[in-house]
Amino acid sequence: MSQFAEYAICLLLLTGGAFTLIGAIGLVRLPDFYTRLHGPTKATTLGVGAIILSSVIYFSSRDGGIGISEILVTVFLFMTAPVSANIMAKAAMHIGVRTVENTEGKPWDQ
Amino acid sequence: MFDRLSFPQPWLSLILFVIWQFLSDGVSGGSVVLGLILAWGIPQMTQAFWPERPTFFKSWRMPAYLLRVLFDIVVASFQVAKLILSPRKPRPMFVSYPLELEQPLAITILASTISLTPGTVSVDVSDDNKLLLVHALDAENSDEVIETIRTRYEKPLLEMFE
Amino acid sequence: MITIALYLTIGMVTLAALLNVYRLIKGPDAPDRVLALDTLYINAIALIILLGITLGTRMYLESALLIAVMGFVGTVAMAKYLKRGSVIE
Repeated sequence: MSQFAEYAICLLLLTGGAFTLIGAIGLVRLPDFYTRLHGPTKATTLGVGAIILSSVIYFSSRDGGIGISEILVTVFLFMTAPVSANIMAKAAMHIGVRTVENTEGKPWDQ
Repeated sequence: MFDRLSFPQPWLSLILFVIWQFLSDGVSGGSVVLGLILAWGIPQMTQAFWPERPTFFKSWRMPAYLLRVLFDIVVASFQVAKLILSPRKPRPMFVSYPLELEQPLAITILASTISLTPGTVSVDVSDDNKLLLVHALDAENSDEVIETIRTRYEKPLLEMFE
Repeated sequence: MITIALYLTIGMVTLAALLNVYRLIKGPDAPDRVLALDTLYINAIALIILLGITLGTRMYLESALLIAVMGFVGTVAMAKYLKRGSVIE
């Protein structure tokens, strides 16, 4: 395995792990449901994307070829993350989840 | 239901066929046959869930838009990460965004983009498809949020769907 | 070098999963729990990919794909249940 591939894999793995962890910290630290929604939809999705990319590089530099299943997983995650965030936000709006006091504006009541 | 041997959703059929080839470890005679059966059968069976004819748009503009969104996703994650780790409290805000787009597909793409890019998550669309409720994680004022979405994402989509 | 980075990453993702479980238990509302489960399955995908790299095999990728599909369906079903009171109308 080339030196360059090795550095790229390490970098991607560590950034991916860091983003996943930051997403989870956001899930614990942020004050209300709507703000917590931001961590997983952005940080965690990108983190897992980076980890999968490192796996693609690892296997293609070890035994050639490009792993299509990995890319399918990534595309699927990036496509579903906003959809699930949206439907969870709708459910929260329907239930009337409490928002933090300094929120400007209000969710609609449809 | 299976009234004729047609492909009512050509793009969906094509995507299903290609994905099946990817999933079945290399193209072979069997995977092509099964892929064709799936590409014909799944759109036929899900016909009831596609109420409108597929909308056509300038799809050659899509790659540039996707690249921009991908870049913004990376930037967005760094911003959210910085905000999560910093001790100050975020200033969340609900913004009602007036939509200029009209087609449901275009609105879906815009809403998904908003959810993946800096500091905003789309929450709901009003019943008449005129307003989009957006939650911003950390915003100074609502005009700024609206302006960013308008110039950065809605303009290219408008050009694409004209 | 990859081995060290791999173990560090596995540690970080496991810690992230534990934080998700904390949010899952604490709540306070049902949507928070659904969100925690959603993040948890994405972390599970990351752990499976990391396991695949550690063992040097591609076998586990199929299961990662399955978890991605099933997790998404599960999240949508739960959110829909919260919103409407039923999954299939």
